[in-house]
Amino acid sequence: MSKKSYSVAIRDVIAEEMSRDDRVFIIGEDIAEQGGIFGCTRGLLEQFGEERVRNTPISEAAMIGAGVGASISGMRPIVELMYMDFTFVAMDQILNQAAKIRYMYGGKATLPLVIRGQQGVGRGNAATHSQSVESIFMHFPGLKVVMPSNPGEAAGLLRTAIRDDNPVMFFEHKILYNTQGEVNDDPDFAIPFGEANIVQEGSDVTLIATSQYVNRCKAVAEKLKQDGISVELIDPRTLVPFDTETVIDSVKKTGRAVVVHEAHKTAGPGAEIAAMIMEEAFNYLDAPVLRLGAAACPLPFNLNLENAVVPQEADIESAIKKVLYK
Amino acid sequence: MDQEKMLWIYRKMQEIRKFEERALLLFERNELRGSVHLYIGQEAVAATVCSHLRDTDYISSTHRGHGHCIAKGAELGPALAEMMGKATGYCLGRGGSMHIADVTKGNLGANAIVGGGVPIALGGALANQMRGTDDIAVAFFGDGATNEGIVHESMNLASVWNLPLIFVCENNLYGISTHTSQSTAVEDISVRAVAYDMPGETVDGNDVLSIDKAIVKAIERARSGGGPSLIECKTYRWQGHWTGDPQVYRTREEVKSWMEKCPIKRFEEYMVSKKIATEDELKKIEEEVIVQMDAAEKFALESPEPDPATVMDNVFCY
Repeated sequence: MSKKSYSVAIRDVIAEEMSRDDRVFIIGEDIAEQGGIFGCTRGLLEQFGEERVRNTPISEAAMIGAGVGASISGMRPIVELMYMDFTFVAMDQILNQAAKIRYMYGGKATLPLVIRGQQGVGRGNAATHSQSVESIFMHFPGLKVVMPSNPGEAAGLLRTAIRDDNPVMFFEHKILYNTQGEVNDDPDFAIPFGEANIVQEGSDVTLIATSQYVNRCKAVAEKLKQDGISVELIDPRTLVPFDTETVIDSVKKTGRAVVVHEAHKTAGPGAEIAAMIMEEAFNYLDAPVLRLGAAACPLPFNLNLENAVVPQEADIESAIKKVLYK
Repeated sequence: MDQEKMLWIYRKMQEIRKFEERALLLFERNELRGSVHLYIGQEAVAATVCSHLRDTDYISSTHRGHGHCIAKGAELGPALAEMMGKATGYCLGRGGSMHIADVTKGNLGANAIVGGGVPIALGGALANQMRGTDDIAVAFFGDGATNEGIVHESMNLASVWNLPLIFVCENNLYGISTHTSQSTAVEDISVRAVAYDMPGETVDGNDVLSIDKAIVKAIERARSGGGPSLIECKTYRWQGHWTGDPQVYRTREEVKSWMEKCPIKRFEEYMVSKKIATEDELKKIEEEVIVQMDAAEKFALESPEPDPATVMDNVFCY
């Protein structure tokens, strides 16, 4: 194990996979000399050269289209988006092409494509650069959706993403880049998709959280322990495929569930997870499933306003108490 | 161009023509459904361009894609079966008329989103460039696509990366019902190449020899590392935008005047006058294609429907 930041963990896996497989290459804005504005490709140009570490023009649709075409043609491209908010300018290539081609071609095309980048609040980037956009990609079949919450998982999940033969949307979080964590040094260390991580076992309530909220929920769970509340914290790690079994088993045990994410609450991942719990564990529930997500409001620039839109520790704590009728 | 290549182009044009005529008949008999966009009148472009391509060269095509697919090696039976949604179709009945693909033959797919296939061909060109071969890619698209941002992004990127990619624009004068004069700021789409520092040329898209001259130059440039080119082929679709198009936007006289410029007939006359083939030899090819088409129709009609139990197959690769 080595201690690494989330961004270095990502960088190292890209480098290891590029060393292992000549077909892996990376394209994106300012990723070559600059090493990406968040440093996730730092040093790759020097190591692999400009053929495999390519700066692109600010043309997200063409970048992703190039990734789609190159992947069908036998390569294994990684496309870095500077902000996952920018998927919106490339939506046709993601939703109409990448997600559908394999199915539409009767399974006769393979698209090993990773579209990765950061999203979320925390750096005062305001409404068009602070969103959490993952639920859109859960909705349309054909894409895998990954949400790593710490450096070790970022490494293990990214390796799986690069080796997967399907298009993968890989959502990093901007405020996690500088966080440190233990990372497995095994160059084949990979975390399978569709296997949730039980971050902490508990018996009173199931708390399901993604991305930066995993850490924040851990702190809340620690605090509630002192009040005698035992929280089982689950990080699904991948939203598509989703580990229904782990979540349902937990809810059957605790009888209560709270879902927390940074994406908007309306039609967010929590809506899907809550509905799934209702369908599969209704008879075990002692309280309605509660969802916490960003308010139905664009993300504001001002920090206090931003905090007012996305769930805070106090909101998580009170939601847990509410399902416990405390 | 040698005799063998000319006869290949002629045969492909006949295959495309007969295929499209048969598809129209089958549509009228309710044997096929969905959006069917016929390529009749434009055959010279697909056949001539693809006559120079290898299986390892890629193409991407459009909603009007049957011609490109056939010219790039699609068999008529599975292509027609796909249009009927049959289990034996190229896409197992999942894609239909607008999504016929055969990656093994370098056909990265027809594409129902206008301009959507262009960056995909670019990705194919990128893969070929990175593998260090002299294989190339061709993006086929219509006049309408040149007003989509993605096509301009792709032209710029292809030029910046010096990709072995040829942009083949088939300007058939209408985007559905809207004439290019109402939609497109330039008369010759090829001039748009200037903005991306690549050669651009406009040719008579109903004339095999003119297309051939331009494509040979562009291919030589692409294969030798010279980068992308844009070729605009001025042509015309004889049928409406789709099979149910009332065609209120053009006159019968206009359609008739273009039918007089039939690319197949023109090429026939050329080959006979130059003694490359006799009328009888060409007639024989046409008859062979009709027999081939009859067999394709029989194959498609007799093919089974896909099993609904398999509907979820291939959303993902496992």
